[in-house]
Amino acid sequence: MSPARKPSTALRDPAWLRILLLAVALAFVALFLVLPLIAVFSYAFEKGVETFVASITDSDARAAIRLTLLVAVISVPANTIFGVAAAWLITRFRFAGKNLLISLIDLPFAVSPVIAGLIYVLLFGAQGWLGPWLADHHVKIIYAVPGIVLATTFVTFPFVARELIPLMQAQGSEQEEAALTLGAGGWSMFWRVVLPKIGWGLAYGVILCNARAIGEFGAVSVVSGHIRGLTNTMPLHVEILYNEYNRTAAFAVASLLALLALATLVLKQVVAWRMRRAAPESEAA
Amino acid sequence: MRRRRRHALPGFGLTLGLSLSYLALIVLIPLAALVLKSATIGPLAFWDAVTSPRALASYRVTFGCAALAGLVNLVLGPLLAWVLVRYRFPGRKLIDALVDLPFALPTAVAGITLTALYASNGWLGRWIEAAGYKIAYRPAGITVALIFVSLPFLVRSVQPVLEQLEPDIEEAAATLGAGRLRTLVSVILPTLWPAIVTGFSLAFARAVGEYGSVIFIAGNLPMVSEIAPLLIVTKLDAFDYAGATAIAVVLLLTSFAALLAINLFQLWTVRHRTAEAR
Repeated sequence: MSPARKPSTALRDPAWLRILLLAVALAFVALFLVLPLIAVFSYAFEKGVETFVASITDSDARAAIRLTLLVAVISVPANTIFGVAAAWLITRFRFAGKNLLISLIDLPFAVSPVIAGLIYVLLFGAQGWLGPWLADHHVKIIYAVPGIVLATTFVTFPFVARELIPLMQAQGSEQEEAALTLGAGGWSMFWRVVLPKIGWGLAYGVILCNARAIGEFGAVSVVSGHIRGLTNTMPLHVEILYNEYNRTAAFAVASLLALLALATLVLKQVVAWRMRRAAPESEAA
Repeated sequence: MRRRRRHALPGFGLTLGLSLSYLALIVLIPLAALVLKSATIGPLAFWDAVTSPRALASYRVTFGCAALAGLVNLVLGPLLAWVLVRYRFPGRKLIDALVDLPFALPTAVAGITLTALYASNGWLGRWIEAAGYKIAYRPAGITVALIFVSLPFLVRSVQPVLEQLEPDIEEAAATLGAGRLRTLVSVILPTLWPAIVTGFSLAFARAVGEYGSVIFIAGNLPMVSEIAPLLIVTKLDAFDYAGATAIAVVLLLTSFAALLAINLFQLWTVRHRTAEAR
């Protein structure tokens, strides 16, 4: 359809229908999206700014924030490297079992977070397959930081690869082949051609991966052991405070996570906008 | 298409080795531990764990609430997508961005917030209770949490299809004298079916495994408002690895079945369409 043509009146819903649908949609959004968002911040500040600041600078809260960041700093780069490698493999080569590989990469999305925690307990827990051996060697994975990192890595596993595969499929490999013909080595082609080409898509995947890594609850809850100051991530700290009827402090820490979610949504819009702008250029090239 | 040698581009060995070993370490070996564990339980003990009254009740709660939440989103999701694609109103882009909030907001935050809102002294709960109903700490509350977490799936699967819908068929329907509502129901809705089914299955698969947003609002009363993922955690806390594993297998198979159904359905629609085109 030509963009210049005005939509004909046949395509317009009658006014009563438009108002009805719009009202239902807006009510749904207000009730399920806007109200909870307002509530998080309003509950966080219900006892004033001082209580809020005290809640998020408390030593347990600070330890939880540090641990959450540490976990993200390990699992997000690991999944990013894997995502780029897997996307390159899948979109640039033909090999047997490719579709199976794609399905396996998506697998963690189909697994309940609780089960993601459970599988590591079965593997590394005190009664797990490797439990006795680990105990003999004084290595602690479950109820310790390595378990939290593993569980987080599992649930955030597909994000980067999933964003990159369709993007790199659509982009094709002409530019890479041209770079090689012009004498570029494999790595210099990667840094100078591939990375700039997939940059925004990669950023998008990393943002989503990071948001999930920081906010993960179920999987981490199973492997963490909930030791205050040691194995408590921010979402787990929120749970503990809430269960202790310390609602204001729970919402104060929760509001930091909500802020992160909002930042993620904004970044997502920015990246999507940049990708749309970049798309015509790469098509022309 | 491919004129060059089979592996014209470098990095096949490196990316293959890296991808497969990372996949094996993080995903496949741990999942194999679950399968192996369930094999060691023995068929009788497995059957007992999977069909105990408490487990059966937890499936009813989990699958029932997930299906109900999916049905609510089945109606409201495509409706919201339609409004976002077809209507122009102030704040449209903001709402479009907000639809992803349930993906971005940590589930524990969603859980405590919805609980605070729907509890009897909450902003919404007090009105609902004044009207004689209760939502928090019962299956209705679980459904509310699951509507929240699965909301984006139906909107986001239907939206791109609506954006690419050619106006021709709608115009044709109008020319043939169909009213607008008739066109919506009998012309546009059928083209959206594949996307709606896909979105519903994704939403259902997600809702079945959901934990963080549910446990705060659920009440977690065994036999009444206990979801299956919570039963897994309860059994783990009691060091009943076998029982936890058995229920995990049931949950996992349900999610896989839902996702397999999507794949088969998509395969079927593609074949159906190509057959029609011929």
